[in-house]
Parts: sequence; structure tokens; C-alpha cells
Amino acid sequence: MRTVAVIKRICQEMLRDKRTLALLFVAPLIILTLMYFLFNGNTVDPKLGVVNIDNNLVKILEETKINVKHYDQAGRELIVEEELDGLLELKDEKLVLTLQNSDPSIAKALQMKVNQSVSFQAQSKVLNSNAAPLAIQKNDIDTQYVYGNSETSFFDVLSPVLVGFFVFFFVFLISGIGLLKERTTGTLERLMSTPIRRGEIVTAYLVGFGIFAVIQTVIVVLFSINVLDMVLVGSVWHVILINLLLALVALSLGTLLSTFAASEFQMVQFIPIAVIPQVFFAGIFPLEGMANWLQSIGKIMPIYYAADALKGVMYKGLGLKDISGDLFVLVVFATFFIILNIFALKKYRRL
Amino acid sequence: MNYSIAINQVSKSFGKKVVLNQIDLTIEEGQIYGFIGPSGAGKTTLVKMIVGMDTTDTGTIHVLNKKMPNLGLLQAIGYMAQSDALYSELTGMENLKFFASLYKLNKTEIKERISYAADLVHLTNELNKRVKAYSGGMKRRLSLAIALIQNPKILILDEPTVGIDPELRLSIWNELLRLKNEEGKTIIVTTHVMDEAERCDFVAMIRDGVILTRGTPKELKEQYQVDNFDEVFLKAGRNDS
Repeated sequence: MRTVAVIKRICQEMLRDKRTLALLFVAPLIILTLMYFLFNGNTVDPKLGVVNIDNNLVKILEETKINVKHYDQAGRELIVEEELDGLLELKDEKLVLTLQNSDPSIAKALQMKVNQSVSFQAQSKVLNSNAAPLAIQKNDIDTQYVYGNSETSFFDVLSPVLVGFFVFFFVFLISGIGLLKERTTGTLERLMSTPIRRGEIVTAYLVGFGIFAVIQTVIVVLFSINVLDMVLVGSVWHVILINLLLALVALSLGTLLSTFAASEFQMVQFIPIAVIPQVFFAGIFPLEGMANWLQSIGKIMPIYYAADALKGVMYKGLGLKDISGDLFVLVVFATFFIILNIFALKKYRRL
Repeated sequence: MNYSIAINQVSKSFGKKVVLNQIDLTIEEGQIYGFIGPSGAGKTTLVKMIVGMDTTDTGTIHVLNKKMPNLGLLQAIGYMAQSDALYSELTGMENLKFFASLYKLNKTEIKERISYAADLVHLTNELNKRVKAYSGGMKRRLSLAIALIQNPKILILDEPTVGIDPELRLSIWNELLRLKNEEGKTIIVTTHVMDEAERCDFVAMIRDGVILTRGTPKELKEQYQVDNFDEVFLKAGRNDS
């Protein structure tokens, strides 16, 4: 009964606070949409200036979707002035490629294309035919994909991680500040002079904010899949289940850390310590290349497991059995934080 | 004699600072007991220990013959904190309802107690406003109403009349006296206001964590040979230093 009373009160307060509701329900959608457009932008064909290059090679270069422009004279200034991504010239019988390299990824891609084209031209010279090689070269490798397809973009791989991260971040922030407000206004202490048990308060907080976390999770997941057209190979229910467990971890961690914060500002200070590092281990950066000690740090981060499970379900189409290990770890995290929460309230009353 | 509250050799320190030093005190049932003393004297700490929100370092506190802290006893203790611990986004009514539902009360009892408590502090017409729109005095009155909500045997009020105008203060005190006389409630009040101290049955003067002197207001005035309470306060303090 007392738990229900606290839950009801948390809901009443949340519903009055329109801005917090907006932050919880609208902000993740806005950010996800932005990310979607950022990562799904059409790639612009690189601009390559050529000087003294024979027409055959130029043709091949144009075949590989390079925007080729002819110039009479080469020079570094030319690249900057004409905003070229690179300049290819024939100097003393040798090909020289100058790259602008203000964006290394564009430079690398261009370099690769030019290398391919040059070697291809060399091949066709060996074969000594003028028109035929173009036909031979096409489709001689049949590429197949274990996960996704040739249309897969970085966003498709990233999106499961993002969904999990935003659920974690917003639930963490709002539940932490919610309990903190109760501490700073003295109402938590006031509650402790009533016969309510510490466990009842923690339960009420988990359920009260949990309701909002559930709504947020469902909105974020459905929006990502239906509106942003994220890849979802597995079951949507599994996605929601993973996110709910993650939200529970965020909820219990947020309320726990709020014990150690004296003000809202100090709560925000936990973000760079408790939230941002988790992003690094969420699978946006490949974990395999990391040093061993760094990998073991990753394994104490809840998002690491959630991201692994989410990627498994959304992108690889894994079933419940395959992700049960990740889910188990999330449950352990949540239980651990909840127990700590009940102990943390001892600060206010021993019983 | 029936003791409502028995405090036995209670000491408490925060870090190196000794807040309460070997306090002994018994409070009989059906009395108004005033704790007076300057800020930082340890009044609030003592009051919180009686409610069970703070633990003693040494010594024991018994309330209604049960050792504190005791969760079950909190039903019998109404507590009004020094700061108004209210949910400012909620209305006065919602605050009352919320706190009422934390106690063992059925629905009709909740309704009756809310209308009684709200009427007592003259807030009946303001109950549908959000607390953040309340004035300081209104918040204080709502806190008092909440302390009374479960009809407790013991009322512990930490500076209940700060920010309340004289007229309302008088009516609150009349009500406290009525609660004592007709319903036999035990009431503990901490206060700075000396004319309030004079209305108590017993007064304990607390300073630097010790009880300097105690007795009925009349006894204290005779003891220090003065005719108003402000002077008792000043003289008792001087004797100490």
C-alpha cells in the first residue's frame, strides 16, 4: 500500500513536469533522427584533378565514380583553390598522387580507387586489348554477406547501440535527479519519519520511474524501427526486453549515485564518469584491438552487455538463447545496484 | 506515572563535535514539553532521535515503553520537521493524501483526518493550489497538518510556528492545548519564542548539548528570580559560561 502511494506520487509529480517528460520522450527521438541523417548522407564522389594523364586511365577513373577534372598545371595551391580531394599527375614517366587529406577517410578511399584504376590499366595493357577489359572486370567477384547486405551502412550497425545508450542515459539522469530532489527538499527525511520501509521506497522508485522508462523504451524502439527504418532481423520483443533490463540498471545506478551527490549539478558531474566511458565500450569502437586491461574494464560496463545483445538481436537476428548470457549479467547488475540502494538509505534511518 | 518518552544517558557527536552530552529526560503522558535553546544547541538532533531518524551514540530512548528506533511506533508519532518537506509540484490536498496513505488509515478515516487537519490550520480553501504557490506560513501550516494526519499519540513539532502570524499562532496553540487536555496527547515543541515556552507544562533549556535547567515555567522564573521568560533564557545562559 505504501509502495503504491509513493508510486502514485512519483507519477503525479512527473506528469506535472512537462519539460522533464519532453526530455524523456522527445529528446532521444530527435537525437536518433539527427544521427540517422548524419550517417545516412549520400557519399559525394571525390574530386580528382588530373594533369598529363592519358585518356584511357581517365576513363577508368571515371568508371570508379571519381569526378575527374583536367588541368594544365599541377601544384599544391591548385588543390586548395579548386577544393580538389586529390591531384594525379604524370611526372618524369611516374604517376604522382597528391591528396588534400583534410579528411583522412576520403583521402584513403580516393587513394585506393586510384591505385585500383592504375593497376587495372596496367593489366589491360598486358592483355593488349583496348575496349574489352572493361567488360571482363565487372562482377567477377560475387560478394556475399553473413550479416546485413551490400546496402548496410554504418548507422545500421551503430543504431542498436544508440538505442540502448539513449535509454540508459535518460533514465539514469531523470531517476537520479528525481531521488536527489527528494533528498535536497528534505522530503526523503520526512518520509523516514513515517512507517515506510527502505525497501518500499526503493521498490516504489524502481516501479514509478520504471513506468516512464518502459514508455520511453517502447517509443524509442518503435520509432527507430518504423520511422528510421533501422535494421531489425530478430524479434522486437527481445529488443524491448533488453532495453527494459538496461533501463532497470540505469534506474538503480542513477538513484544509487544520487546518494553521493549533494545537488543537481553534482549529479550532472557523474555523467562524464559513469555514462560517457560506457559509450567507448558499447561496440562503436572495435573492442578486439584494445589492450587486455582495457577490455576487462569494458566488461564491468552494463552498456557493453546490452549493446552486445542489441546488436545480436537487431542486426544478426539472434534469439533469446544466444543473448541469455548478456541478459543475465544485466540482471546481476540491477540486483547489485538495488541492494546497494537499500543500504545507502541507511544514512537516513537504520530500519 | 506513565512515561511517554524516556531518554536515558544519550550522547551523540558528529565527527569531533559533541552535539548531545549525556541527556537524561522523562516526559509524562499528556504533557506539552518545550525544548528551548539557541540554534545549534542540539534540539533538532534530540528530536530526530526520539522519532528514530537518527541513532544515539550511547544511551537509549524509549517511546511508549518501546526502544527506538522502532518502525511500528512511527504510526504513533507525528513529526513536523524544521524545514517544510513538501512536494511543491503537488497540491496541498495531494500532499495530505500522500502522507495519509503511508499510515494505517482506511478511506473514510483519511477523508476525516484530512478535513480535520486542513480546517485546523485554516487551509481548507487553499487545498487545491499547488504547494509552490503557497506562502512560507501556508507551507508551515500544511506541514503541521501533515504531522497530525494519522492522529498520533505523540506530536513532535520542530519549531512549528516560525513564519506564522500571531493570530494563527494563538489558534494553533489553543488547538495544541485542546489536544493535550481532551485527547491526552503528548506534545514536544522546540521553540525560540519565549511566550510559547511559557505555555508548556515543562520546559528544558538546552545549550551546547546539555540540559542547563528544567522545570515548569513558573519554577524556572522563581529559580532565577525574574518575571519574564526572556530573562530566564539569558540568565541560564550566563550561569553556564
